[in-house]
Amino acid sequence: MSALLQLSGVSVAIGKAHLLEGIDLALDRGQILGLVGESGSGKSLTAMAAMGLLPLIGGRVTAGEVRFDGTDLSTLGEAGRRHLRGRRIGFVTQNPMTALDPVQRIGAQIDVVSRLHLGLDKAAARARTLDLMAQLRIPEAAAVAEAWPHQLSGGMKQRIVIAMALAGDPDLIIADEPTTALDVTVQAQILQILAGLVRDRGLALMLITHDMGVVAQLCDRVAVLYAGRLAEERAVGPIFAAPAHPYTRALTLCIPREGMARGSLHGIPGAVPSAAAYPAGCRFHPRCARADATCRATVPALSALPDGGLVACHHAEPGAP
Amino acid sequence: MTQPLIQLRALTRRFETGGGWFTPARSMTAVRAVDLAIARGEVVGVVGESGCGKSTLARLVLRLIEPTSGQILLDGTDLTALPRAALRAARRRMAMVFQDPYSSLDPRYTVADVLAEPFVVQRRPMDKGAAEAMLADVGLPASVAASHPHQLSGGQRQRVGIARALALRPDFIVLDEPTASLDVSIQAQIIELLSGLRDRLGLTYLFISHDLGLVRYFCDRIVVMYLGAVVEVLPRPDAAPRHPYTQALMQSNLSPDPSRRRAIAPLAGEIPSPFSLPPGCAFAGRCPRASDRCRTERPALETAEHPVACFHPI
Repeated sequence: MSALLQLSGVSVAIGKAHLLEGIDLALDRGQILGLVGESGSGKSLTAMAAMGLLPLIGGRVTAGEVRFDGTDLSTLGEAGRRHLRGRRIGFVTQNPMTALDPVQRIGAQIDVVSRLHLGLDKAAARARTLDLMAQLRIPEAAAVAEAWPHQLSGGMKQRIVIAMALAGDPDLIIADEPTTALDVTVQAQILQILAGLVRDRGLALMLITHDMGVVAQLCDRVAVLYAGRLAEERAVGPIFAAPAHPYTRALTLCIPREGMARGSLHGIPGAVPSAAAYPAGCRFHPRCARADATCRATVPALSALPDGGLVACHHAEPGAP
Repeated sequence: MTQPLIQLRALTRRFETGGGWFTPARSMTAVRAVDLAIARGEVVGVVGESGCGKSTLARLVLRLIEPTSGQILLDGTDLTALPRAALRAARRRMAMVFQDPYSSLDPRYTVADVLAEPFVVQRRPMDKGAAEAMLADVGLPASVAASHPHQLSGGQRQRVGIARALALRPDFIVLDEPTASLDVSIQAQIIELLSGLRDRLGLTYLFISHDLGLVRYFCDRIVVMYLGAVVEVLPRPDAAPRHPYTQALMQSNLSPDPSRRRAIAPLAGEIPSPFSLPPGCAFAGRCPRASDRCRTERPALETAEHPVACFHPI
């Protein structure tokens, strides 16, 4: 049986820049998949590919295929893909301040999604909007629906963006750093709402984040991207307990944990290379303590781990639990 | 007791807005009567959410903005009473590292120009080879000196910002969210760099951050602010919170360990507008322990080994 969202060997280029290479991902209903990696690793581009949004930024899939509910996105026209987005795939952006139209009232911005995608009339759309707002625990929903975006706090705006994503009754939500712009106590509120939607409605959630704390607390599976390639894909438990890829291990060691002694935090030396300067072989080798001649010359293939995960490293740790 | 390096006494800053033809005048107290002593060699963290006044406090301490009232003492000298020339001399001993290394470096300057500027401002001679030594201090190769900021990565830029702060060998550095715009991998590099520099150069830091996990890792003592006021001072980074707000902050900090998953129990409600603070405790509207007294009377920060401003501490 195929997953709700399946990326098989997807490569993406914009112009002459080959930005993603051979991405394999699967996500099912009721599941949260975390997409992690440093800036420039290709997380957002992967999300764009999953939504068929690449033409918008002048990009194209050069190899592999993206399947949503069994349909290859490349066989759909732009109209078909547009119907998919909004109706079956909802999107939550990082910055709610830019996702909302500043000159349209809040309620109208949510209404339009269900009118367009579910064919509801004006009254039914508004009823649905107020219902969604109440589900997202927005107090005084009717009053907020008449408000303008600038009158709301950041956390409240992000709930509105989530309400818009839900208005078409989608099966999949893709959230790109949904809480990065928010304060920590508000972040907790938003994450609780997203996790509740997955649990109660059986939504699939693709969560793009750089925050390993969010990943550890929320996700079922985790895909680690580095410089446009998949480094490791595992269930959340083993990926923290026994990371197979040195990059994954390094990422988990960057975050201070409870009771950690000063001086025991380890950064990753160097920085993610730009697409124009990708090194040969394994792209992580210049920053990797284990790199040898093989890593400098040969691209590591994705191989299966005993627990069903994937890793691309010549010197992968066994990843035993 | 030895004299603290930095001492803040009832430091307060109010901002006024409006007051034009169409907008009524409003005022907010961004920093309210903050008392704090920082010992030489100490790393004091200030943590809180947006609007809590932590960045205003950072700027007040260096007198980059003027306090409405209160005093800032550096080694016993009141900076608020100093005339311009004497203030400039005192500022040689203090420096700041800014949050955003993209906007805190002049794009037209080379790194060498950036590093020379403190010497120009302070009218001090700069030794030949000083720039190379400053870059080496922050782990950058000498070749970076000829680069412009846009040629550097975010982490490299923040290292340049730190080298500039160290230029005149200050005693005291204010770090205003120095890693907030960097990837975690780079954040860890910068924190370890700052930690090593402190040990080697005997620096004293005031570290401003919204990240309680990071502050608990890096700081000796932690000041927690909410809407302009200090609500708690944790005497040790691992001290258990006594203020319900500090506890909520700790519970909102997600542990990077899936084996220690717990239900996310967010605080209800949102931060009230600083322009219309409630009469009592500013946190009362979101606090599970709030009583009638909390809604009418503002709790003061007690003077104790572990001070807290709360009528019902944990």
